[in-house]
Amino acid sequence: MSTILEINNVTKKFGGLIANNDISFKVNKQEILSVIGPNGAGKSTLFKMISSFMKTTSGEVLLEGKRISNLAPHIVARMGVVRTFQETTIFKTMTVRDNIIISHHLRSNSNLFGFFIGSSTARNDEREFARSADELLEFLSITDIGNELASTLPQGHLRTLGIAIGLATNPKILLLDEPFAGMNHDETMHMVDLVSSVRDRNVTVLLVEHDMSAVMKISDRIVVLNFGELIAEGTPKEIQENKIVIEAYLGSEDDSIGL
Amino acid sequence: MSKASKLIYFFIFLVTILGIVPWLIEISGRWDYYYTLTSVALLSIASSGVWLTFYIGRINIGQGAYALAGGYVVAILVTKYDVSFWLSVPIAGLFCSFVSMLIGASILRLRGVYFAMITLVLTEVAKLTAMSLPITNGAKGISSIALPGELSIFGISIIPDFSTLANVKLAFYYVAVILMIFVFAGMYRLVNSRIGHLCRSLQQNEELASSIGVNITILRIIAYSISSFLGGIGGAIFISISQSVYPTTFQVADSINFMLNVFVGGMGYVFGPMIGTLFIYFGWDLLFTTGKYQLLIYSSIIIALILVLPNGLLSLRIFNKSNKREAK
Ligand SMILES: Nc1ncnc2c1ncn2[C@@H]1O[C@H](COP(=O)(O)OP(=O)(O)O)[C@@H](O)[C@H]1O
Ligand SMILES: [Mg+2]
Repeated sequence: MSTILEINNVTKKFGGLIANNDISFKVNKQEILSVIGPNGAGKSTLFKMISSFMKTTSGEVLLEGKRISNLAPHIVARMGVVRTFQETTIFKTMTVRDNIIISHHLRSNSNLFGFFIGSSTARNDEREFARSADELLEFLSITDIGNELASTLPQGHLRTLGIAIGLATNPKILLLDEPFAGMNHDETMHMVDLVSSVRDRNVTVLLVEHDMSAVMKISDRIVVLNFGELIAEGTPKEIQENKIVIEAYLGSEDDSIGL
Repeated sequence: MSKASKLIYFFIFLVTILGIVPWLIEISGRWDYYYTLTSVALLSIASSGVWLTFYIGRINIGQGAYALAGGYVVAILVTKYDVSFWLSVPIAGLFCSFVSMLIGASILRLRGVYFAMITLVLTEVAKLTAMSLPITNGAKGISSIALPGELSIFGISIIPDFSTLANVKLAFYYVAVILMIFVFAGMYRLVNSRIGHLCRSLQQNEELASSIGVNITILRIIAYSISSFLGGIGGAIFISISQSVYPTTFQVADSINFMLNVFVGGMGYVFGPMIGTLFIYFGWDLLFTTGKYQLLIYSSIIIALILVLPNGLLSLRIFNKSNKREAK
C-alpha cells in the first residue's frame, strides 16, 4: 500500500498551550483513518493544519511527497485535500443541488470571464457540473431533497450534504470532522455505509469521531490523541487492547468513549 | 419568468426610458427632469457597484471616494491633457479599479463593521487628497471642463460634439441611461453566471468557499474593483454635466446615500439599486416643499422603510411577480 499523506513532526502552539505536540503519522491511499481522543485533545486543530486553514508552528504535511502545510487553503483544496467542518457548514440560502453544483468549482475548465460571457467551455462545465451533481445526489440517496433550501434541512441531511459538498470537489483526501455528531443510531449506521462507499470512489478518508462503535466499525486504522500528544496508532483491534489508550481514557473525565 | 416575458419587460423598459420619458418631458416642458433623471441613472450606476460589494458580504460606505476620484480623473484629463471625454471616462473607471485593488488587497480581509468603518473613512481621505494635491487644484477644484466632444470611429461620427447640440441635457440623459442599461445588463449577467454564485458562496461562508477551492481573496478583489469602476465612471460623467468638480462634490453623505439606495431598493435584487436611487432621489426632491423639516421627514421615511421592508422595495408583492428568482 502506498502512502498518500505524511504528517511529519507537526506542532501547534496557541500562546502557551500546546494543541498538537510533535505529531507524526502516515496515511495510506484509500484507507479510512480515524483520529480519536477526548475533547480538547487537538483533533480539529490537526485537521485545520492538514487542510491549511491554520499554519503549523513547526513540522510539515506532505501530500504525495509535496509539502502542503501553510499554503493558501484554496490551493490545498485544489491539490485534493478537502475538509468538512465540525459545525455543519453549507451554503444556507441555496438549494441542496446548487450547493453541490457550486462545489464543483474546482473542476472548472473555463475561467471566470468565460462564465461571464457564457463561452462554450463554460457551458460545458455547467452541464457537466449539473450532471455530476445529480449523480452525487443519487449516490447519497438524497435526490428527493435536491430542490430544497439547504437551511431547511434536518441534521442528518445536513451532514450528508456536507459530504456531498466535499465529494463534489473530487478530492484525493476527504477530512470529515465529526460527521456523525447529533445523529441517532440508524442515521449513524447509514452514514457509516456512506463513508465506506466513499472510499470506493478512490477517496482516502480521515475522520474525527466520538462514536466509538462507528469508529471501530469503519476504520482501517486509528490514531489516538491525548492532550496534543499522539499516544497510540494501530488497527481498531490493537487500539481497543492498548493499555495506554485505556488508561488515558479511564484517567480522563470523558468516558463517553465506551471502551 | 420565461425568457420571452423577460424580453418583453426589457423592451417595455427600453421604450419607456428612451422614448416615453423624453416625450413626456418635451410635452410637459419640465426640462429640469432631464437633469434629475440623468443624475438618477448615474448615481444608480455607482450604487450598483456598492450592491456588488454587498453581494460578497461587505458593507461598502466608500463609493463616494471612487466617484470623486473618477470625477477628478476626467476633469484633469480633459482640461490639462486634452484627452477626449469618451476616452477619459473608461480611464477614470480603470484608475478607480486599480486604486481599489491596492486598497482592497489590505482591507477586504476585514468584515462587518470594521470594513464598513474603513470605507467610510475613504471618502474623507479622497476629499483631503483632492484638497491637498497640486494637480487637483485644492479647494478651488476644477471648473469650466469642456463638454464632451465628438466621438468618431474610423472617421465615422457616432456621437456629435455636445457643444454643437441644441439640447445638451437630452444628450447627457441618453448617455447616462444607455450606460445604465449596459451596466445593469452586465450586472444581471454577472450575478446569474457562476461568478454570481461564487459571490453568494462568499457572502454566506468564506471558510467553506475556500475549502471548495474558491480563491476568495481574488474574488473579493475582483468584485470590489468592479464596484469601484462603476463608482468611477458614474462620478466621471456626473461632474461632466455641471462641468466642474470640487473636493466636496462627493462627500460622506453621498457615500451613505449610495449605500441607502442599495438598502432601499433591496439587496437581493440586481435592479434594487436602480429603484432605490430613483426613490431616494425623487423622494428628497419632492420633500423640498417641507422646508426645514425636509431632512427629518426624509430620514424618518427611510428608517421606516428599512424597518417595514427589510428586503427593500423590490420585495413588495407588485414587483415580486417579476422578481421571483431569489425565492424560487
Ligand atoms: N484558535 C485557537 N486559539 C486558541 N486556542 C485554541 C484554538 N483552537 C483550539 N484551541 C485549543 O486547542 C486545544 C485543542 O482544540 P481542538 O483541536 O479543537 O480539540 P478537539 O477537536 O480535539 O476537541 C483546546 O484546548 C482548544 O481550546
Ligand atoms: Mg473538534
